[in-house]
Amino acid sequence: MTTARIDARFAELKAQGRAGFIPYVMTGDPSRDEALEILKGLPAAGADIIELGLAFSDPMAEGPPIQRAALRGLKAGMTLRGTLDLVAEFRKSDDTTPLILMGYLNPVESYGYARFAKEAAEAGVDGLIAVDCPPEEAGDLAAAMDAEQISLIRLATPTSDDARLATIVQGTSGFVYYVSVAGVTGVLEAQASSVAPAVERVRKASGLPVAVGFGVKTPERAAEIARVADAVVVGSVLVDEVAAALQGGQSAVTRVLDKVRELSTAVRGARTSASVAETV
Amino acid sequence: MNAPLTNTYAWPDEQGRFGPYGGRFVPETLMPLIHELGAAYQAAKADPTFQEELDGYLKYYVGRESPLYHAERLTEHFGGARVWLKREDLNHTGAHKINNCMGQILLARRMGKTRIIAETGAGQHGVASATVCARFDLPCTVYMGAVDVERQQPNVFRMKLLGAEVNAVTAGAATLKDAMNEAMRDWVTNVANTYYIIGTAAGPAPYPEMVRDFQSVIGKEIKKQSMEQIGHLPQAVVACIGGGSNAIGAMHPFVNDEGVRLIGVEAAGHGLDVDNGHAASLKGGRPGVLHGNRTYLLQDADGQILEGHSISAGLDYPGIGPEHAWLNDLGRGEYRSATDAEALEAFQMISKLEGIIPALEPSHALARAGEIAREVGKGGDIVVVLSGRGDKDIFTVAKHLGVEL
Repeated sequence: MTTARIDARFAELKAQGRAGFIPYVMTGDPSRDEALEILKGLPAAGADIIELGLAFSDPMAEGPPIQRAALRGLKAGMTLRGTLDLVAEFRKSDDTTPLILMGYLNPVESYGYARFAKEAAEAGVDGLIAVDCPPEEAGDLAAAMDAEQISLIRLATPTSDDARLATIVQGTSGFVYYVSVAGVTGVLEAQASSVAPAVERVRKASGLPVAVGFGVKTPERAAEIARVADAVVVGSVLVDEVAAALQGGQSAVTRVLDKVRELSTAVRGARTSASVAETV
Repeated sequence: MNAPLTNTYAWPDEQGRFGPYGGRFVPETLMPLIHELGAAYQAAKADPTFQEELDGYLKYYVGRESPLYHAERLTEHFGGARVWLKREDLNHTGAHKINNCMGQILLARRMGKTRIIAETGAGQHGVASATVCARFDLPCTVYMGAVDVERQQPNVFRMKLLGAEVNAVTAGAATLKDAMNEAMRDWVTNVANTYYIIGTAAGPAPYPEMVRDFQSVIGKEIKKQSMEQIGHLPQAVVACIGGGSNAIGAMHPFVNDEGVRLIGVEAAGHGLDVDNGHAASLKGGRPGVLHGNRTYLLQDADGQILEGHSISAGLDYPGIGPEHAWLNDLGRGEYRSATDAEALEAFQMISKLEGIIPALEPSHALARAGEIAREVGKGGDIVVVLSGRGDKDIFTVAKHLGVEL
């Protein structure tokens, strides 16, 4: 299977000797047009890969920020097909930044796996994370994604022992998403000291790059994680920027992209500043 | 009559599936625990001392067995088969929910878990969970939608009296499905020490099988009692369905008895033709994935989950246990529905005819009992599960009848 954009991007990052930054934003949040503007602005603001959240009414692994973002997206009338249209629009201005959809199984199942895979590939989607679809249940979904050369990205967690890791990484491609805390998104904070050995284990088991998310809120923490992982995912604080913009009557696009710039700068500089620190 | 089916029914399979339904659709963090729970349950199920301990508590604490009562006046009123009521309303805490909670708390203890969480809609499962937690001295956190907390104050107070912490959930629509989401979130966060007592025969495997097994005490007793009191098995077993735990518990022991019709009654709310106005997942929904299992769901065209509606807070859930989904597709289960108005009418009728105030949930089953009794005809026997008592519902009923209390 080719995961052309994802593999190329991680190869570039490796060549540059730095970790990637992966912002997570929600589809249709706060509106279709603003979400599209945010998407289009992400690469220039420092996104190496983009995670686009699929809105679901019952997101059982999300903390309050992403729950609220999903409800905003749904209220704005966003649908699965609408999200694929957003991606297609985005692809008109960017053909290199990998884009991963992240969400829950039911809207995808309701759409039909094969139809979804085909239309997602046409729109320019590179990967899918289905949070509530563990490997045991992923057979049909994986086959549909494989047929369209879309990566089904798997999650590894602090509860994954070596035996479980072997199950998780079977047939996976692109990268592995390490959920750095046992919990929901945006509540607990990841500890770089415990993340480092876990990332190493996942890398070894999968032979793939490892992106770390679920507990990264500040530029400082993002930089710490960037020293040990291949990529850092930040979501909750970004969707909270949308909420804050709505509250304060500001531009959601500006606030989100400003935050992305701040976080991506920290990630990009992480290894340099660390080596400087070590040298000093 | 009552010859076993040639292809003996033996679901779920190894994957926790009932045909295409069921399974384990949970975030990866929970998967190791789900496998551990499955193994712990199978070990307990195979251990006679576990069953003996459970039987002891069911007898002396819950008050089983519950009577199989010949409802003579109801029989006469319907003018068909004899009607028998399985009196789950006489259990400790007033409903069938305690059967499952007792089983699960013993399993939690066996697994060395030190903290219990549960979700609740109307509060019946929350009360039953708080009850067994008090009995076994385990801290209990109950998640309940903020809207339900407001509607069900007496049960909130009961849970607090029993020592439980009641967490009002404001996420989403702030009702039962959101309470279940929030309980899942707690579980993901406190995966090491926490046991989640799911209240219905749904959720990720092994819950649908486990809850069914614990509730099967209902059907096993019906079987034994009908042989003793009637002399043969009934022609039909009838029960209401929200998630469907009392129904699957009553039906499952009969699933290989071909002569026994198994009939579930869903909540048709304002009517199956009213958009988002009912809670009939089988008859008014379609298959999808929610809360850990694949089953019939109330959902819109884009796969977003709908709230549904029923006068009964215990039936007001957008899903149904996966085994009912499978029995429906197999044609082994027959599924019908009753509206709010029909349930209200049955509620009043049973109160007046039999001196039993039923909960609004089994009032749905009772609303269909007359036509089923007539279909079976005189000389036959049907059993209706009276899954809980109606004290909790008097305020709701009074409001609908325009009575001020």
